[in-house]
Amino acid sequence: MEAISDRGIKRRKFKDKLFRYLVSGLTYCCLAIVFVILFYIFKKGIGSLNWAIFSQLPKPVGETGGGVVNAIVGTLMLVSVASIIAIPFGVSVGIYLADNRGRKMAGRVSLAVDMLQGVPSIVLGIIIYLWVVKPMGGFSALSGSIVLSIMMLPPVIKNTEETLVLIPNTIKEASLALGASYFRTTMKILLPTGIGGIFGGCILGIARVAGEAAPLLFTAFGNPYMNYNILKPVNSLPLVLFNYASSPYDDWHKIAWGATFILVSMVLILNIIVKYFENRWKVQF
Amino acid sequence: MEGTILKTENLKVSFGNTLVLKGINMEIPEKQVTAFMGPSGCGKTTFLRAINRMHDLTPEAKVEGIIKLHEDDVYKMDAMTLRRRVGMVFQRPNPFPTMSIQENVLAGFTLNGIKLKAQEKKEVVEDALKKVALWEEVKDKLTARSTSLSGGQQQRLCLARTVAMKPEIILLDEPTSALDPLSTSKIEDLLYELKGNYTLVIVTHNMQQAARISDVTSFFYLGELLEFDDTKKVFTNPKSEKTQNYITGRFG
Repeated sequence: MEAISDRGIKRRKFKDKLFRYLVSGLTYCCLAIVFVILFYIFKKGIGSLNWAIFSQLPKPVGETGGGVVNAIVGTLMLVSVASIIAIPFGVSVGIYLADNRGRKMAGRVSLAVDMLQGVPSIVLGIIIYLWVVKPMGGFSALSGSIVLSIMMLPPVIKNTEETLVLIPNTIKEASLALGASYFRTTMKILLPTGIGGIFGGCILGIARVAGEAAPLLFTAFGNPYMNYNILKPVNSLPLVLFNYASSPYDDWHKIAWGATFILVSMVLILNIIVKYFENRWKVQF
Repeated sequence: MEGTILKTENLKVSFGNTLVLKGINMEIPEKQVTAFMGPSGCGKTTFLRAINRMHDLTPEAKVEGIIKLHEDDVYKMDAMTLRRRVGMVFQRPNPFPTMSIQENVLAGFTLNGIKLKAQEKKEVVEDALKKVALWEEVKDKLTARSTSLSGGQQQRLCLARTVAMKPEIILLDEPTSALDPLSTSKIEDLLYELKGNYTLVIVTHNMQQAARISDVTSFFYLGELLEFDDTKKVFTNPKSEKTQNYITGRFG
């Protein structure tokens, strides 16, 4: 008896160890891949960084130098307008879902959000091309922002819902028991309590759409010049990357790496900001 | 008994297909402490939450019958007005975590959009915190986070938040069940002092607590009201055998 169980234990211990190594080994593998990618982008990108890339417009083919300032401005514009559209809608849907958990309608909304998450971005681009670009008679930053805002919705909604659901019901009841309205309870108690998670969802949504090129091909289109008009086509970093990287010119490849570097840095910084504020605004119950 | 502040007629509450309260008739006396006792699941908390219409939040809850606050029908009133007249303290301390101690006391005003001048705010905060005997402990840190207080202090803060609104009735849903004995006795003392100015209705699991602080005691059993009388009488000479058994600890 003793011998058998002893052997059994050794085997189990061995399996246990193996599994532990496997889990941590694969984790480190993933981490290494991410770091290699980031390292490569930084190595390639940092060489093409100079003042010109942040301050100059693209130069025509044949001339060296030039920058992507119009694309930086364009990306900021697209993302800001997209946020202005998406955040009120997204947070509202999140509040609705958190308030109506378990009801039929909420289940349907939730399913719709999951589906939206799965719709390829290029499909959304085509739809907005048909519904916005064509009726408006031309490509525009606005149509680009609309596509991006639709893509931002799922992360904003999901994060808002999950954050609000975690707030103990008794906090909500305490507010209502004082005679507060649903509106004030939401605005003054629930949203401030969940602000860390909701803000995090918004930033993650921004990070998600900042790098989108496909849907912008049919909407914001791209523009070699500086444009501040929301109704005109506008350039963006992912579009620069797409156009320049697929060109045959070495000089353009360099600029494409520079644009990549700027884009990746932006996303990285946004993620760091999220972590910082999520910790800072963490509420203890 | 003195004047009646709250009167229920054939009050029934059901959740889905389960009838939890089976027609309760009760008259709650003004400016006294009324205790609700009974074993778990007897409907005492359900009854309490029917008074300030907390069941409105539960879609499957259905309330039938009449509750009258003085002459006003509670279920025909605006829920927000009602809840300003009938305050509530919950089982677990639930101060608003994003607000300071001071802001928590004033929460009833801010949440109802009532603007106070700086001086009025000061007075309300001091008065409410003194009434719940918390002033001395927190007067130097009124702007500290409410969650930095101990559980007992938090519960007194929640009581202060309710008292500050000067409600006609304060409902207390097992307010000491999450607290240690010392905090419990502090809250009990407070309730004893508050009853001169407020009508208190307290749900409790603890018979000694009911005996110590209440003027009137009711005993609920399986959704029915078996006993409702002066506390002394209920504890010395109960009408129902079930009450007798519960009080003497034969079940519970």
